[in-house]
Amino acid sequence: MDARQILDIKPSDAMEEFRPGDTVIVNVRIREGERERVQAYQGNVIVGSHRKDHIPQPGATFTVRRVSYGVGVERIFPLCSPMIESVKVTRRGKVRRARLFYLRGLTGRKARIKERR
Amino acid sequence: MGIQGLLGRKIGMTTHYRENGVAIPVTAIEVGPCVVTQVKTSARDGYEAVQVGFLPATMLNKPAAGHLERSGGKFRHLQEFKATDLGDFEVGQEIKADVFTAGDTIKVVGRSKGRGFAGNVKRHGFRGGPKTHGQSDRHRAPGSIGAGTSPGRVWPGTRMAGHYGNTKVTVRGLTVVLADAERSLVLIKGAIPGHANGIVQVQKQRSY
Repeated sequence: MDARQILDIKPSDAMEEFRPGDTVIVNVRIREGERERVQAYQGNVIVGSHRKDHIPQPGATFTVRRVSYGVGVERIFPLCSPMIESVKVTRRGKVRRARLFYLRGLTGRKARIKERR
Repeated sequence: MGIQGLLGRKIGMTTHYRENGVAIPVTAIEVGPCVVTQVKTSARDGYEAVQVGFLPATMLNKPAAGHLERSGGKFRHLQEFKATDLGDFEVGQEIKADVFTAGDTIKVVGRSKGRGFAGNVKRHGFRGGPKTHGQSDRHRAPGSIGAGTSPGRVWPGTRMAGHYGNTKVTVRGLTVVLADAERSLVLIKGAIPGHANGIVQVQKQRSY
């Protein structure tokens, strides 16, 4: 028996398929004291993907990078975390590698990702 | 119920997400169902315990078959656990994983993975020698094992290479995250000894 299949852990159904290079909006549940609200985090997926026909490892993650007020911010989300309400893809990117760490060294027009059509 | 533990089979490790999004590493164990094979009373045996059997056996020798006759099953593994309220137990009765509840403090006894004849670096955590600066054949060597003419021998107990693993190991202070009697499944926070499919004893423990 495989321990990874025992708990039926899977990503939220409201998660759209995405690949590295895509621009996504991640809606994350945030707890503020007693209140719970949903915060949107938009950026480029630089590591990780989600396909509906593939069951990920329970510990799988994806990384979303955005430049906020001139500062690069990368957030790592567990793909199967119950705190992720949904993921929406706003733009599909055309990239040649699976991990876009090269974006860290680039700014402005150099840091653009071509659109996939 | 008054039994202090059960036998289980390690399934492996996975990730469990709490509702607040915290990911915790858990070990899945198939615990029970175990069948009572013998009840030991202080009147007859001098102490109180319940012996249970786990997993079906294909072959039994005559003495074992005779011992298990009244329980109505054939078992590969037998283990005694301390028990209270012995009146609740009778031979042949099935005990499921619901003796544990989420939040219980437990200990797990298992047999660690055998590592064969292991060197000092793996077995005792020695650092080994330098990798560079002209070193040859010293990368995983133990270094000095003692002084010279005095005492002129190696002290007993000096840590050296040898057989490592495949011993009985107890991990205390583990926490039950989930216990599901229907699926015979218990999730425990953290790691337990041994390989997947290894037989372990899951025992209740006082919480401190």
